[in-house]
Amino acid sequence: MNDVRLIEVKNMYMYFPVTAGVLQRKVADVKAVDNISFYIKQGETLGLVGESGCGKTTTGRCILQLWDGMKGDVYFEGVNLPKLKKEQMRRMRRNMQLIFQDPFASLDPRMTAGEIVGEPIKVHNLASGKEYRQQVEELFRMVELEPFMADRYPHEFSGGQRQRIGIARALAVRPKFVVCDEPVSALDVSIQAQIITLLEKLRDELGLTYLFIAHDLSVVRNISDRVAVMYLGKIMEITQSDELYANPLHPYTIALMSAVPIPDPKVDRTRKRIILRGDVPSPVNPPVGCRFNPRCHMATDICRQKEPELRELTPGSEHWVACHLV
Amino acid sequence: MTTAAKKEIVLDVKNLKTYFYTQEGELKAVDGLSYYIEKGESIGVVGESACGKSVSALSILRLIPYPPGIIVGGEILFQGQDLLKTTEEEMRHIRGNSISMVFQEPTTSLNPVLTVSRQISESLELHRDLDKIEALQETIRLLKLVGIPDAERRATDYPFQFSGGMQQRIMIAMGLACSPALLIADEPTTSLDVTVQAQLLEIIDDMRRRLGTSVIIITHNLGIVARYVDRVNVMYAGRMVETAPTEELYSNPLHPYTIGLLASVPRLDIAKKKSLRIIKGLPPNLAHLPSGCSFHPRCDYAMPICREKYPPMEKVGENHYRTCFADINKLKKPQ
Repeated sequence: MNDVRLIEVKNMYMYFPVTAGVLQRKVADVKAVDNISFYIKQGETLGLVGESGCGKTTTGRCILQLWDGMKGDVYFEGVNLPKLKKEQMRRMRRNMQLIFQDPFASLDPRMTAGEIVGEPIKVHNLASGKEYRQQVEELFRMVELEPFMADRYPHEFSGGQRQRIGIARALAVRPKFVVCDEPVSALDVSIQAQIITLLEKLRDELGLTYLFIAHDLSVVRNISDRVAVMYLGKIMEITQSDELYANPLHPYTIALMSAVPIPDPKVDRTRKRIILRGDVPSPVNPPVGCRFNPRCHMATDICRQKEPELRELTPGSEHWVACHLV
Repeated sequence: MTTAAKKEIVLDVKNLKTYFYTQEGELKAVDGLSYYIEKGESIGVVGESACGKSVSALSILRLIPYPPGIIVGGEILFQGQDLLKTTEEEMRHIRGNSISMVFQEPTTSLNPVLTVSRQISESLELHRDLDKIEALQETIRLLKLVGIPDAERRATDYPFQFSGGMQQRIMIAMGLACSPALLIADEPTTSLDVTVQAQLLEIIDDMRRRLGTSVIIITHNLGIVARYVDRVNVMYAGRMVETAPTEELYSNPLHPYTIGLLASVPRLDIAKKKSLRIIKGLPPNLAHLPSGCSFHPRCDYAMPICREKYPPMEKVGENHYRTCFADINKLKKPQ
């Protein structure tokens, strides 16, 4: 890993309109992503955690320019993606790929595994004929599947094997950057560990950079170099993985971590638990002031009035937190 | 629950066998399962998909769809009565009344065309003989209990107007409506966020302590089990492979599958490891189970005998049993 920033996101917004009535007039916005900025260094894995509806998936898709209506800048190797023309963006896409959560829904049931993995190679005209077949075979080996399985259809594979096919498809165009959107949450424990290990191996061998989106903080800790915690469309805290788990500062991060049970009763009993009240509020009307204040056990008057900025704890510490009380 | 006094046994499952007959052949989803649960106790049933944990729970309530499934043998003694010998009529009195179940997916388990109060009141009117008004009041009390804000107003809402976490609260309210002797929660929090998970498990745990309800939590999450249950049963391919009091199981696992399972879970309290220890291979297809011990193709300790014979249940400690031939002293523990 070096200090070159592969991805740099600046003031990104993504509002989805809520329409009503016969004329489908816009009546409100779902503020899925509301002014966030961060970067991902080359060869690094940035974990993105948060509860459902916090905007983590939207963030991943916005970086890949999969939503119209996104505002802000996304630099990839210095190129500002939202400013690219359609055709330029299409060519750019082979540098950045996506691995999906649900291995049952993300593979076309009428294509064979080989066709699925090979499709991106054809789309981007990277190889044909014998070379194409060799590349597909190589991809199968890379994700630890047997090349003879290429003629089978998705339903003949287990969940873990399908996820391997999804990974092979993402790697077919030899990308530099991969967004992994909850890649293991649909899998069994023993299979989860296999897929995490595979993703780590591929990252190290191919020099990939990951944005690893997950709601499971334990999984994220295991694979990420740095972790960002999102809540209602905002980044609340972002820092190195070990620092975040050893020294979480935002009350939301602390609460989130205390809710994760640890598979060891002796350790678990000694931990302080903070049970958060209620549900995540609606992103249509986020609370005034700090978005977390209605559920925060430390909230004071200033939290209800002014929205805290994401600020670096001490310059150069790379520990950023958005809280008045820290 | 660590009291030494002999407790009343609420549920005693003996040699339960539930098979499914499909085109692929005979699937032994549950094959010779025996366990018990005491009054006020909570046990965890842990295992990966298709290990038979849900089927064993559905068997208790006799909710196995026939065809293709059929309970081919065993006994399920609930408060002394064999549920496999009761009539369907009697069973209907037991379901939702003295045994209730919370399912994994609230979105598909709630009836979308009935209001929430209608669905909860149903079992109250049926089993507790309340009239409409009493039932509605009781429903509102239950909704408050499980932490639904503004319960009076929201009781008349439909399921789709609630979030996933709120829907699961409603399921739990329904499960607790008749103060059951036994509550079976099948992956109650799997599709929910960790913060909501914690809230719901606290509610269930609180019920258990106050009402003496026995609780079976079925899950694949070893963390949940560590925090909320007294004893753990580990299942693999339709059979129980290890059972022990929670603390004992985590500190001294003695079946290679349990050891592998514990080692393959990423932990929040442990800094990034070089890599996770993994169990090789896939869980077996129930229609073509390996010979001998079903775990032997994935096991690091497999010996020739493991291919030939299924190991018997062996006592290895106080309330600690396992089915494995491997020498206890040769097993490598996690960490």
